[in-house]
Amino acid sequence: MNPLTPVNPATVSSPRTDDHAAGGEPFLQVRDLSVRFATEDGPVQAVDGLSFSLERGRTLGIVGESGSGKSVTSLAVLGLHDRARTSVDGSIRLEGAELVGADEARLRGLRGSRMAMVFQDALTALSPYYSVGDQIAETYRRHTRCSRRAAGERAVQMLSLVGIPSPQRRAKDYPHQFSGGMRQRVMIAMALCCDPDLLIADEPTTALDVTVQAQILELLAEVQQEFRTSIVLITHDLGVIAGIADDVLVMYAGRSVEHGSVAEVLTAPRHPYTMGLLASVPRLSSAVDVPLKPVPGSPPSLLAVPGGCAFHPRCQARDLLPDDLCSSRRPALVAEDARDGRDGGDGHAAACHLGTAERVAFARRTVEPSESNDTRRIQGTNR
Amino acid sequence: MLRFLIRRTLSAALILLVVSAVTYLLFFALPSDPALLACGKQCTPQLLATIRHNMGIDAPVPVQYWHFLVGVFAGRNFGAASCPAPCLGYSFVNGRPVLQTLLNRFPATASVALGAAVLVLTFGVGAGMIAALRRGRAADKVAMGLALVGASMQIYFFGIVVRYVFVDQLAWLPLPGYTSPGASLTGWAGGMLLPWITLAVVNVATYARFTRSSMLESLSEEYVRAVRAKGLGPWGVYVKHAWRGAMTPIVTMFGIDLGLFLGGALITETTFNIPGIGKLAVDSVADSDLPMMMGTVLAASTAMVLVNIAVDACYAVIDPRVRAL
Repeated sequence: MNPLTPVNPATVSSPRTDDHAAGGEPFLQVRDLSVRFATEDGPVQAVDGLSFSLERGRTLGIVGESGSGKSVTSLAVLGLHDRARTSVDGSIRLEGAELVGADEARLRGLRGSRMAMVFQDALTALSPYYSVGDQIAETYRRHTRCSRRAAGERAVQMLSLVGIPSPQRRAKDYPHQFSGGMRQRVMIAMALCCDPDLLIADEPTTALDVTVQAQILELLAEVQQEFRTSIVLITHDLGVIAGIADDVLVMYAGRSVEHGSVAEVLTAPRHPYTMGLLASVPRLSSAVDVPLKPVPGSPPSLLAVPGGCAFHPRCQARDLLPDDLCSSRRPALVAEDARDGRDGGDGHAAACHLGTAERVAFARRTVEPSESNDTRRIQGTNR
Repeated sequence: MLRFLIRRTLSAALILLVVSAVTYLLFFALPSDPALLACGKQCTPQLLATIRHNMGIDAPVPVQYWHFLVGVFAGRNFGAASCPAPCLGYSFVNGRPVLQTLLNRFPATASVALGAAVLVLTFGVGAGMIAALRRGRAADKVAMGLALVGASMQIYFFGIVVRYVFVDQLAWLPLPGYTSPGASLTGWAGGMLLPWITLAVVNVATYARFTRSSMLESLSEEYVRAVRAKGLGPWGVYVKHAWRGAMTPIVTMFGIDLGLFLGGALITETTFNIPGIGKLAVDSVADSDLPMMMGTVLAASTAMVLVNIAVDACYAVIDPRVRAL
């Protein structure tokens, strides 16, 4: 086997983003990010050596089960982790400026203005005690120091931008007076009110009805188009990723296990975990009595991450590899092309010991004959 | 808001009616006979009957209670003594309508209650906030340690020790007692200082611990994290948002305590000899002055009921979700 050359994270991002090469660093670059925190049961490594980059106006989807470190990553980017109990290593650079270890006052200035966050459940993420207009205006005033009146007008303007009917009147309402979808729109309006360059959306549609989900995703896509906002979209829903992301990063037990463009990863997954996730998505095309195919087992406790490849206890492709390989050696995140000694440069990388031949054999085994069409179909559903 | 106030006033009246009925029945089940006490040594059956009639205790208890209720609105006469409406009874021990005495005593009780309430809120909530924000660190441990010591204190112990050390020995504090603030503001504050401190020390602890846990809960709310994500600084995060969420349970508890204080801080007033409603209650028990006892009980329940209406109104101000209810 060829030497496993670790990939430069910059080349992992999809080829379409390579236009930054001339201008220097990508807009957001995360390198070797590790987040550890102390819990009562011992230290937890929530994120382990994560690297990715994101260009202006593009969307990176981060997928994984709960506890895979998705949300911790987003909190670390904003510097919202509990500083007393968490240690963050590695580098997070926003337009070349280092955020890891930056002082709180500087981060505070960036939060809400340059980088904003949309939380999963707007009902808990909006304060029940202030009107939505006040909450949006508060953010705007914090960063612009404008008059109360101007901030109030901005709030109404933002509510109208995200499609809230009669915004002037609704600005005076409290979060509990809105429906779930409208509340999430308010949340997005609040995140966007200072025109941020980076929007981190942590499961923005999970708490919503399916029809409303589609509307919210559409809104995010529109916003991105209009303001060239870069979006990090955290989700466990591959349908959502297929709908609006350009690139996708699959996380497992705090590590990146697969990374590449959406088209590559969803149609030709290289990690057995990604394949499992794709196979577990219910299809409208399959017969009603076909049971769902979940990824067997459950995500590992971060207190005791399995050695070697963290996924090996649940991996169904293990029998294709020598006995101890998966449990003893941790696979590096490498591009297929690097592994084969070629330089394809499509940036699609996976952290798996499977070689091309074994992978193809395994994929044929897990994914039913008609399945490759279906992955395209998921992509279609959320467009 | 108006409908709310009307509804609450009606229910308050009902509560007071029930409280008065229950106390009436309870007190008349007591074995002591006020007429016999008033009659004195040279008592004749005839004299006793006259006294009973004048006191209005010769009728059956339900009828007596009815007379009491009528008296509240129409006033009553007890033999030669008259008790103008609203008559809450007439004290034969001190020869005055009960209400008049209660009103005379109320300023002292209110002084103790309000001063102590201000201290309790300032220091209790302050210490609790600091402890919550410095969770697990030295400031938290010191604040909570002191809170535990304070909570273990008894007024009659702590008050007397403080009085002995700071008034009698060191003479740093003036002698406790009540002076009308109208007569001398400094005299009033000086005399109240010790009762305030004592009542506050004992209660501050509860508020510190309560505020701490309420703040910690509020700080773990998602919206507080969202406020940080908006770039707000400590004032916005901790005071404007987290504290707002932590307030409701503290206001509830404060309502109960203020109600209790205003109904007369029995032990504090007795310990420092403050002529308030609490002291009056204790004295009227000692004198077997039934109408006065009832008066103090009613005063305490009225204070409680009124403060709770105020607290409910506060909820609506604090939490917009309550307004819809």
